[in-house]
Amino acid sequence: MSVLVIAEHDNASIKGATLNTVTAAVACGGDVHVLVAGHNAGAAAAAAAQIAGVAKVIHADATGLAHGLAENVAAQVLALQGNAASNYSHILFPATAGGKNVAPRVAAKLDVAQISDITKVVAADTFERPIYAGNAIATVQSADSVKVITVRATGFDAAAATGGGAAVETAAATADAGKSSYVGSEIAKNDRPELTAAKIIVSGGRALGSKEKFDEVMTPLADKLGAAIGASRAAVDAGYAPNDLQVGQTGKIVAPQLYVAAGISGAIQHLAGMKDSKVIVAINKDPEAPIFSVADYGLEADLFTAVPELVKAL
Amino acid sequence: MKVLVPVKRVVDYNVKVRVKSDNTGVDIANVKMSMNPFDEIAVEEAVRLKEKGLVTEVIAVSCGVTQCQETLRTAMAIGADRAILVETPADLDLQPLAVAKLLKALVDKEQPGLVILGKQAIDDDANQVGQMLAALADLPQATNASKVDLAADKVSVTREIDGGLETLALSLPAVITTDLRLNEPRYVTLPNIMKAKKKQLDIVKPEDLGVDVAPRLKTLKVAEPAKRGAGIKVADVAALVEKLKNEAKVI
Repeated sequence: MSVLVIAEHDNASIKGATLNTVTAAVACGGDVHVLVAGHNAGAAAAAAAQIAGVAKVIHADATGLAHGLAENVAAQVLALQGNAASNYSHILFPATAGGKNVAPRVAAKLDVAQISDITKVVAADTFERPIYAGNAIATVQSADSVKVITVRATGFDAAAATGGGAAVETAAATADAGKSSYVGSEIAKNDRPELTAAKIIVSGGRALGSKEKFDEVMTPLADKLGAAIGASRAAVDAGYAPNDLQVGQTGKIVAPQLYVAAGISGAIQHLAGMKDSKVIVAINKDPEAPIFSVADYGLEADLFTAVPELVKAL
Repeated sequence: MKVLVPVKRVVDYNVKVRVKSDNTGVDIANVKMSMNPFDEIAVEEAVRLKEKGLVTEVIAVSCGVTQCQETLRTAMAIGADRAILVETPADLDLQPLAVAKLLKALVDKEQPGLVILGKQAIDDDANQVGQMLAALADLPQATNASKVDLAADKVSVTREIDGGLETLALSLPAVITTDLRLNEPRYVTLPNIMKAKKKQLDIVKPEDLGVDVAPRLKTLKVAEPAKRGAGIKVADVAALVEKLKNEAKVI
């Protein structure tokens, strides 16, 4: 029995969520194989081979796989699954934008249910996953022959990125489906730690009032703590911060050591994205704000004075 | 070109759900239900495409219990032309794969140029149906759309991805799922609610479509998430820093 992990990568390196997915794969049992499907992604495949716990890396290289188009990546996974020599019992994707895009496509083609965003492997066929914005945890059992799963990175520790010594095997790439094509992308410039992997996150909400104030108040605090910056949906919708910084049910799910929420009321949808943080600090001038119900340390104060004071005190 | 818009009736997003004491599910009896927020965005986008003259007919579809008719009436009040309910028994656990198969059967029948769905439903948080439908119908997909540019034979979609935005071009027919920032759904007006009551709403059964809707995943238990320990309020910034350094030891 073996388990296939679909690596998230940018052709040059492996993205962090892949490491957490490998840990979940090990928990499912059996040999762990990692698929690196991309274009000129030899470096990413070599990096995948170093991950502890990985038995084999399968590298598929083609121009059609360059940008992770769902149609082509799904076809590649199905080609591997169709190969009698492998026949995986579990196919795992990280629950990132990329993984969520492809996994259901694979599951539907295999005519199996997909299990989204698992936070725990109870048994090889039984998993825990949050539903209703994290307000309930469902334990689900799959009777399907192949389990197609997306893995919530914050639910599992990261596998060590070094220490492994898996062989890299080249697989024949499938043909481009030709129904979709990549036009371009706009990646936000960011020198900070990646939001989903950061140890500390400082997050701002609607109370910041403007993009200028958001940057002026939150940036020094993030710099001081070496933290990633996050935002509530209200702050993103108002244009104070870019979309990809949104923390919540519909944005990123994070679980850092320290989460500082400044000027965030704490709507259900925001809490869904951060309530598994180890320590939560809330700075809000409204004593009734729901964020105080999940905060370990609450400071009832105007953030425009409290945050600069905090920067100074650190 | 026709557009098919699947919509789901879910617990209203403002409701804080409670887990049943016997751990069999969440208590949704007597709870306010609404259209899934992402589906409202999908209906709005379809109606806007029609208003631009790019689309001739918008068909709303829902799969589930009889009360889903209310959700379909809402879709028609926003501007959908007609609706189809695939009615399933109240005790059935209708899962994404089954819904995708029902929608595939309707796609075969209606032959839409575009299917626009929400990216995920806020109850099961699965984020699967659009992708599964695209796979079953062998159509290209663009998930998490924040911008849609429709032309005669293709559609250009800007998607929200981790780290930024990405633009794809898809041949038609295609499947698109909506992200929050695609548009701001309009409020339905009273005259439109009245007009929606007169629009056509067909009811079919899964058997009519030849689809087996039996659940594939068995829910063994639904539990409350682990509770966080009670927090404290600190008096000032100095006290906060002291706590973080010495008590929580996180900085």
